[in-house]
Amino acid sequence: MIKISYAKAINLALKESMKDNKSVFCIGEDVGFGGAYGATQNLKEEFGHDRVRNTPISESAIIGFSIGSALCGFRPVAEMMHMDFIAIAMDQVVNQAAKMRYMFGGKAKIPLVIRCGVGGYLNAAAQHSQSLESWFTHIPGLKIVAVGTPSDARSLLRDSIEDDNPVVFLESLALYDKKDEVPEEYIKNPLGKAEIKKKGKDITIICWGYTVYQSLEAATNLFEKYNIDVEVIDLKTLYPWDRTTVFESVKKTKKVLITHQAYERNGYGAEIATEIYNNCFNILLKPIKRVCSLNTPVPFAKNLENYVLPNSEKIINNTRDMFI
Amino acid sequence: MNTNYSDLLEMYKTMIKIRLVETKVMKLFEQSEMPGFIHSYIGEEAVAAGICFNLNQKDMITSTHRGHGHLIAKGCKLDLFFAELYGKSTGYCKGKGGSMHVADLDLGILGANGVVGAGSAIASGAALSIKMKNENNVAVAFVGDGAVNIGPFHESLNLASVWALPVIFVVENNGFADFIRTEDHLKIDKISKRAAGYGMPGHTVDGNNVEEVYEISKDAILNAKNGKGPTLIECVTYRHRGHYEGDPQPYRTKEEVDEWKKKDPIKLTEKILLDNKILNNEIINSITNEINNEIEDAVNFARNSSEPELEESFKDIYTDLVERDNLV
Repeated sequence: MIKISYAKAINLALKESMKDNKSVFCIGEDVGFGGAYGATQNLKEEFGHDRVRNTPISESAIIGFSIGSALCGFRPVAEMMHMDFIAIAMDQVVNQAAKMRYMFGGKAKIPLVIRCGVGGYLNAAAQHSQSLESWFTHIPGLKIVAVGTPSDARSLLRDSIEDDNPVVFLESLALYDKKDEVPEEYIKNPLGKAEIKKKGKDITIICWGYTVYQSLEAATNLFEKYNIDVEVIDLKTLYPWDRTTVFESVKKTKKVLITHQAYERNGYGAEIATEIYNNCFNILLKPIKRVCSLNTPVPFAKNLENYVLPNSEKIINNTRDMFI
Repeated sequence: MNTNYSDLLEMYKTMIKIRLVETKVMKLFEQSEMPGFIHSYIGEEAVAAGICFNLNQKDMITSTHRGHGHLIAKGCKLDLFFAELYGKSTGYCKGKGGSMHVADLDLGILGANGVVGAGSAIASGAALSIKMKNENNVAVAFVGDGAVNIGPFHESLNLASVWALPVIFVVENNGFADFIRTEDHLKIDKISKRAAGYGMPGHTVDGNNVEEVYEISKDAILNAKNGKGPTLIECVTYRHRGHYEGDPQPYRTKEEVDEWKKKDPIKLTEKILLDNKILNNEIINSITNEINNEIEDAVNFARNSSEPELEESFKDIYTDLVERDNLV
């Protein structure tokens, strides 16, 4: 094991993928200078500017050029500095990358990864803080990954680059400095596996991205203070998602709380909850709870942002409510 | 005249083929035999024929919702083409794409596209791959005049120019963006003037003159292949049919359409070839008959093909997953 930051883990995955496969290249705003948050540091120095391509501030072109090159055999890794900006490239992601293989009757292959800086706790306000995964989980043809630890950042980014389909890859910007253990060797896994980050028997908490550490912290507290034994499932891949692991856990604990940093309204938690109701309705002892961002734009002021976004305290309180 | 007659004859045949296919499509659609939206290329044949005559099989194109002409000029197979327009399992896209999404990657056709302007970015990406692989090919993005006011067009031309990519942006100015006249959506008289803003050469040519289209694009393609970057070519032409088949066309008069029909690109080329005794009525008939036979065979192939199985709905969404979540 090595102990490295989440940003360094992303950087390591890119470096390893680029070394392994000459068709992998990075493209995006400032990626040749390490990227706005350091994920592509030193890549241009190692692989040259042909494979680490700085672009103008042109999100549609970043994604569209990536699609064209992917059609011709490359494996582009495009960076959206903040996921909020992907709105500008929406047609290319949703109508082009996601649909081409289908519309062309299976002839095209688009091995494209779109790395998106995601989420709040940066005091960056409403246009630089969103978690927009549910825009993309809605679209057939895309795979969606959201990683919450350095270890998963490294392995799932590599898995995503190896995947032959367009992958929207969510990186929590507020986790970039977070250090944790990462295995030295990468072992390839197909996308779509959740991980039970902590075993438990009383309630299942389903989380991804930034809410993974929050859920683990909440789980420790809930056990120490209230003797509630939480099972924490990190979904990791939001589509295709690991129904087996989730349903098995729910059948054991009979209680579910879903937490994500995206807005609660129409958030992906609603889809997971519906599927749990469809498959485990008779087993559930309580209605499913969701701990998500409140349905407001993300505000600037620190106290407001903390109020609006989910945190471990909210997870603890909502979990306790299910045992009263 | 720079183009030799045998080349001109080849381009003439391509134009005739496009015209006859489109005429057949029009009839089948009117008879309700063919489903979907049909955007006819009739009147604009010289653009596709002139540009694509410069291309080899490894050169790539992106096309538009009005794409039949480009596909035919790039060599698509008519049986698979018609089967796709009929929504049959034997079609280019197994019946899942239709008129606006025909693609043949082996022929360098990276797809017709239902979103205006989107192809300019995708063709540029293809050109980026050519450059990164150090290949001696070119990509062509066909777009209409309606595309030049959408963001991705601007983003693509700028970045393709910055990176000196081997891509040609061909704007077919057919007078209308949907129903809106070019002069009502553009303040400049020539779209090629935009090229200066992107730092690339720009040309406006008579899009009904196949020779002119061919000669201008030949030079542009040579430049692109020699590392000199992209060119913007505006081809001024006219859409004989409405925006879509069935369009009541309240935005123009029959007189205006008739006036443009006098400048029909096929008639113009035919006259040159007749005057120079390359063609005569007998040869024209034989060319027409041969193509019509090919079209009849293709239509029969499409008619006799089976519809896709319902199971097909779930396939080809991903390379490795078959979506059955919603299978009832």
